[in-house]
Amino acid sequence: MTVAIDRATGKRRGEPGGRPGPLSRLKQSYQRYWYAYAMIAPVVVVLGVLVLYPLARGLYLTLTNANSLNSARTIGANHIEATYEFIGFDNYADILWGPTSYDRFWSHFIWTIVWTALCVALHYVIGLGLALLLNQKLRGRTFYRLILVLPWAVPTFVTVFGWRFMLADGGVINAGLEALHLPAPLWLEDTFWQRFAAIMVNTWCGVPFMMVSLLGGLQSIDSTLYEAAEMDGASAWQRFRYVTLPGLRSVSSTVVLLGVIWTFNQFAVIFLLFGDTAPEAQILVTWAYYLGFGQQPRDFAQSAAYGILLLAILIVFTSFYRRWLNRDEQQLAI
Amino acid sequence: MSTTTPTTTGGTTAAGDRQVPRTPAAPRTRRRGENSLAGSLASHAILIVASLAALFPIAWLVFLSLGPDKDDYLHPGRIFGKMTFANYSHVLQETPFFDWLVSTLVVSLGTTVIGVLIAATTGYAVSRMRFPGYRKFMWVLLVTQMFPVAVLMVPMYEILSELRLVDSYLGLILVYCSTAVPYCAWLLKGYFDTIPFEIDEAGRVDGLTPFGTFARLILPLAKPGLAVAAFYSFITAFGEVAFASTFMLSDTKYTFAVGLQSFVSEHDAQRNLMAATAVLVAIPVSAFFYLVQKNLVTGLTAGGTKG
Repeated sequence: MTVAIDRATGKRRGEPGGRPGPLSRLKQSYQRYWYAYAMIAPVVVVLGVLVLYPLARGLYLTLTNANSLNSARTIGANHIEATYEFIGFDNYADILWGPTSYDRFWSHFIWTIVWTALCVALHYVIGLGLALLLNQKLRGRTFYRLILVLPWAVPTFVTVFGWRFMLADGGVINAGLEALHLPAPLWLEDTFWQRFAAIMVNTWCGVPFMMVSLLGGLQSIDSTLYEAAEMDGASAWQRFRYVTLPGLRSVSSTVVLLGVIWTFNQFAVIFLLFGDTAPEAQILVTWAYYLGFGQQPRDFAQSAAYGILLLAILIVFTSFYRRWLNRDEQQLAI
Repeated sequence: MSTTTPTTTGGTTAAGDRQVPRTPAAPRTRRRGENSLAGSLASHAILIVASLAALFPIAWLVFLSLGPDKDDYLHPGRIFGKMTFANYSHVLQETPFFDWLVSTLVVSLGTTVIGVLIAATTGYAVSRMRFPGYRKFMWVLLVTQMFPVAVLMVPMYEILSELRLVDSYLGLILVYCSTAVPYCAWLLKGYFDTIPFEIDEAGRVDGLTPFGTFARLILPLAKPGLAVAAFYSFITAFGEVAFASTFMLSDTKYTFAVGLQSFVSEHDAQRNLMAATAVLVAIPVSAFFYLVQKNLVTGLTAGGTKG
């Protein structure tokens, strides 16, 4: 016991002498906070150096006309200084309401929203359906579960290559469709089918996570609730609607938020499926990448500006989402 | 209405807060209404279809990897007559496969070690202490997780090229730490939340400082959580594509995610070799994944399920 007190006093030697009352309480809390700040310090430093500094720099870049021709670069032994200039908000203005803003930004924006909404909805609905099936008393459900998790277990960059084999013209999917006398779309060339294929592949990749999370959620719902509901004569649908869904609420809100963020930023699926070949199927993230690294000259400023816009969209979305959840919770509580 | 098991989980599902015992989910037979025959047949039918859908693309990849010609994926029927492991031996012997393996492991393990080491104390602090600025800090952690690659890519490229770190393992590790560190902190917070606070209190009563409590009592208990965080940052770094394909220039330093692409662009679309490489990469990762996947989900959603 005494040791603790000694150490504690040692930690707060910077404080003026102890007086009883509010000041000692302050000291006590100061000790707690001292530890807390010391413990989060490494992450704060890392985030500051690796995230905030580049972010600040990125913000500055968006206010310039930097591209790969006027940035600092080294060619052989010669180092060329950066010559880009400050141009204010021209990049944002150009992106948002410049002459070709619809083709470059708004069309991708709409498609990104559609993509995110459809993918997350499909992930959630299919994942929930499978979780409900797996939550029954069913022979072989462990086995099913192991197989259904497979798409998540295999790295995305591997599975997307697998899908490219299958979706190629003359690949197994079109061969199958032809065998059934159905039309065989050009999955990797036609805009609509590119988008269709992208959603299909991403759904395939994302369902297992939802399924496993929701299954965990289902298993943590108190079974007596179901018994009580059954005693009260609730139908299967009513049990689902009034016991299962509320019971899943906290898991759902987390996985949906994660799902939206991940899908919105889903780089690998689209990039690996199409590369640079499908301008119409690019979502904002891959489009920003294309501007900054996929074309010549590389337009760093615009790419960074897209990045900032993307971040802004996500932050706005998340704030509203959380506010909406909190309001909802209060309504439930009262 | 066969009321089978009201006993199995009677007391443990603390419907309120802080579900202390992390109940093993599997041995729970909770449906009291046994399924009708038609219902269970339908369930099986749906599950079988879903399983096939989940399995097929992978199985197909494995199958194609056995066909020796690069156009075999268009004529899968021909593969049956000439199945061979030639692709595999070719990949292992005559491509930079092992270079890629080394760089993937260096980068992923480097990210993992730094990420977990730095994030552990933070996870503990945000799990146990409510310091001023706590909410803002959690918000920053969440926001950093949602950074689109595009936000940091350009400035990081600039910074790294100034530091001459483009095309170096260290550069890529640093870049990945920007995502791995907040991620691990978040994951570990969720795990620390499941460790009863009474343990901390006991530690304090016995005269340990918060650091002491953390190092001596909590860390040993949190080994599974640390493992999950480590694994998650490992596979995140392992599978990352955007940064890796921009920042790694020499083909011996490619990670697998980039190396696999180079089969298409540079070597005249040797899809058979690509398939074999993909399988070689996927098998160990997937095997490993299966060992920890259940914990992964708990770790990922634990922070949120607390509400």
